[in-house]
Amino acid sequence: MTSPTSTAAPDLVCPAGSLPALRSAVDNGANCVYLGLRDATNARNFAGLNFDDKAIAAGIKYAHERGCKVFMALNTYPQAGNPAMWRSGMDKAVDLGVDAVILADPGLMQYANQQHPKLRLHLSVQGSATNHDAINFYREQFGIVRVVLPRVLSLQQVEQLIEKTEVECEVFGFGSLCVMVEGRCQLSSYVTGESPNTHGVCSPAKAVRWQETPTGLESRLNGVLIDRYAHGENAGYPTLCKGRFDVGNEHSYYAIEEPTSLNTLEILPQLFKIGVKAIKIEGRQRSPAYVAQVTKVWREAIDSCTANAHRYAPRRAWMTALDQVAEGQQHTLGAYHRPWK
Amino acid sequence: MIRLSLGPLLYYWPRNTVFRFYEAMAATPVDIVYLGETVCSRRHELRLADWVEIAHKLVQAGKEVVLSTQVLLESGSDVAAMHKVAGNGEFLVEANDMGAVRRLAGKLPFVAGPHLNIYNQPTLQWLASLGATRWVIPLEMKRDDVALLQQERPAGLQTEVFAYGRMPLAFSARCFTARHHNLPKDDCRFSCMNDPDGLTLKTREGEEFLVLNGIQTQSARVYNLIDQVGAMQGIGIDVVRLSPQAHSMNDVVSVFDAARRDAMSPKEAAAQLQKLMPAASCNGYWYGRAGLEQGAPA
Repeated sequence: MTSPTSTAAPDLVCPAGSLPALRSAVDNGANCVYLGLRDATNARNFAGLNFDDKAIAAGIKYAHERGCKVFMALNTYPQAGNPAMWRSGMDKAVDLGVDAVILADPGLMQYANQQHPKLRLHLSVQGSATNHDAINFYREQFGIVRVVLPRVLSLQQVEQLIEKTEVECEVFGFGSLCVMVEGRCQLSSYVTGESPNTHGVCSPAKAVRWQETPTGLESRLNGVLIDRYAHGENAGYPTLCKGRFDVGNEHSYYAIEEPTSLNTLEILPQLFKIGVKAIKIEGRQRSPAYVAQVTKVWREAIDSCTANAHRYAPRRAWMTALDQVAEGQQHTLGAYHRPWK
Repeated sequence: MIRLSLGPLLYYWPRNTVFRFYEAMAATPVDIVYLGETVCSRRHELRLADWVEIAHKLVQAGKEVVLSTQVLLESGSDVAAMHKVAGNGEFLVEANDMGAVRRLAGKLPFVAGPHLNIYNQPTLQWLASLGATRWVIPLEMKRDDVALLQQERPAGLQTEVFAYGRMPLAFSARCFTARHHNLPKDDCRFSCMNDPDGLTLKTREGEEFLVLNGIQTQSARVYNLIDQVGAMQGIGIDVVRLSPQAHSMNDVVSVFDAARRDAMSPKEAAAQLQKLMPAASCNGYWYGRAGLEQGAPA
């Protein structure tokens, strides 16, 4: 356990949705990259994204030669009719030499323990572990060494949690914001039949329809109107919780969440201080240019904070660079900042 | 015969309303009643001692009682409250978070709740080995997958299906009801009490889409598997869960009771329920389709 006064730099964990994105992350200072296979075994199962065997082998070689670790996300839930896909994905990960697997399903963790006892296990954010009892239970049962915390805890709650577990805590630092507890949101399957838990997708692109109408541009998800944009208004991807709806007498407002990105640069010294072990950047679905820009900024910020935490302040250029690639071109501290709740 | 359960009350009702509701439920043919606050720790009309008092009355009326734990545990006090429920020493507990499973595993039998994400045989087997005596399938699980899992079900493990009610689809750190009223969560003024069946969210073309229930988001449509009671018995489902609503809940129970006893045809039962639901019905999940869809598969 890291002592509360420690200022050891957390690892920077960056997304790799493709080999070029992986190279961007490594070249710009990621300590670790995470990736997934081209199927429903991971929570970014998007068309044209992710890795085949050849690309993984090349990616691992590239990363390892430059001192960067590679994690593989197998973080959806094996489905009753087809559990073999997840198991063979794990066997493959081990053969290829990944440094850790990121898992959500207890049955799959058990398989890892039995078949690959030396494999390092991380508990995915999709495992919805928000409290020390849950986290410590996964450690006792399956020997997980790290947990990725759901984006629902305040900074103080994260601090209290770290004090009660030996499991390393990884937190989200930047990227699109899930307003719901990861692993406990079935809104997407309610509308489209496919969810993060079952298919590794949220508001999947194949269910999206754009329609120009006299009242504006409409975005629909399996027929359900998610948003309508006036002429000249910036249109965003219709993630269903980020649409505008009517509730009571309030019309056309972001009833659940605005399109916005999480950005925790301004609380970086506190994250150091409370002993966060790793900071995760969201965005395997984003471009290599996004990965390069975000990784570069976060590398500089972490190095700056490591050099002198007391004098650390987020530079304006960093915030500008991040806002340029942020969803909705704006950012929030999310649940880390209590009033957001 | 398949048993009927009443799921935990998901809304925030005034104390007297809650007591009256369970008095009424005691007189219905429901077999199992799940009790307790599973949504928000700020809700305090009833304390654990009050739930236990209701539990005793229900036991006297011949019901099996289960205490349910809160789904999303964030703070130390959330965890402490869960410990109290898990350690109540008298009633079976429904674990709705792995933290609660940890408190019960190897010590006491428990119900593995619908939010534990049990999608496959090894995970189900694991929970049974820890002491689960019943499990509730995920809301989004389809019939074919339940049927598969039933084939290799661990011995002594009962299966329960959420079969009626607005579905609790998502949980958040944020309170959407307070947000609607422009109130901070820490000073929410318990505004969710104004909405006994939740606060309806509509699309901008007026379609009832979701329901805001504090930190929980529900389907606006009512999941309704009334015409599948026979099919569920056929694949060995043990318990059918009905989720409480503000009005006519005793009539809803009566219709399901008639359906399980074959005293009412599925068609007639479905027609009866249409009159009792707070919104339109849906059954898409059961057929492996979008949850909000309604109708038998093509």
